[in-house]
Amino acid sequence: MEPVIQLTREPLDREALVAAVSHPSIGGIVVFEGVVRDNARGKQVRYLEYEVYEEMARQQIREIIAQAEQRWGIEHVAVAHRFGRLEIGEASVIIVVASPHRSEAFEACRYIIDTLKTTVPIWKKEVATTGEEWVEG
Amino acid sequence: MNIHIRYFASLREAVGRNEETIIVPEGASVATVREQLLTRYPRLQTIMARAINAVNHRYVSAETTLHENDELVFVPPMGGGGPSWNQ
Repeated sequence: MEPVIQLTREPLDREALVAAVSHPSIGGIVVFEGVVRDNARGKQVRYLEYEVYEEMARQQIREIIAQAEQRWGIEHVAVAHRFGRLEIGEASVIIVVASPHRSEAFEACRYIIDTLKTTVPIWKKEVATTGEEWVEG
Repeated sequence: MNIHIRYFASLREAVGRNEETIIVPEGASVATVREQLLTRYPRLQTIMARAINAVNHRYVSAETTLHENDELVFVPPMGGGGPSWNQ
């Protein structure tokens, strides 16, 4: 299937993403969901602001998925990232990988989220009780 | 020739705008535009030193030659650390 790639200001819909990768040939589905934490480096976080360079992010995500598909022979992938203001506990990113056997799904999902974090142009601003700052790696 | 620059995150806030079109000599490189921007906005020095380059949605080196109407983005550091080949 064509991978599902979503970049949206709306809350992410985990069930819809899982449904999108489901297929009779699938034996396992791995979901990674990144959620907004209320603390960072000793600070009390109030909320996060995500900003995305949409055209480039889409292209980078497409390439990451293509690499994962080639490396692990997987064919059912969905990647969704939210931007704008996110409250504590809300999902910022969801990766869903489905495959006939579990090990490929686990490894590919891990690869996709780790690579996404370092190469896809999406920035996070922490708004804490003590002030705000763009988070750098 | 015209080059479209877009600004994101910390760089957007420091410049105070989302985008601009600048005119550079034919054959100019990404590095040329970097210098031009730093002359115009000296306060960008710190962020630009850590920003990597993207032209037309792809990461490129500073030596890359620009072409008419290219979209150039200086990508400020991302939370996850940036591409490993650039560290």
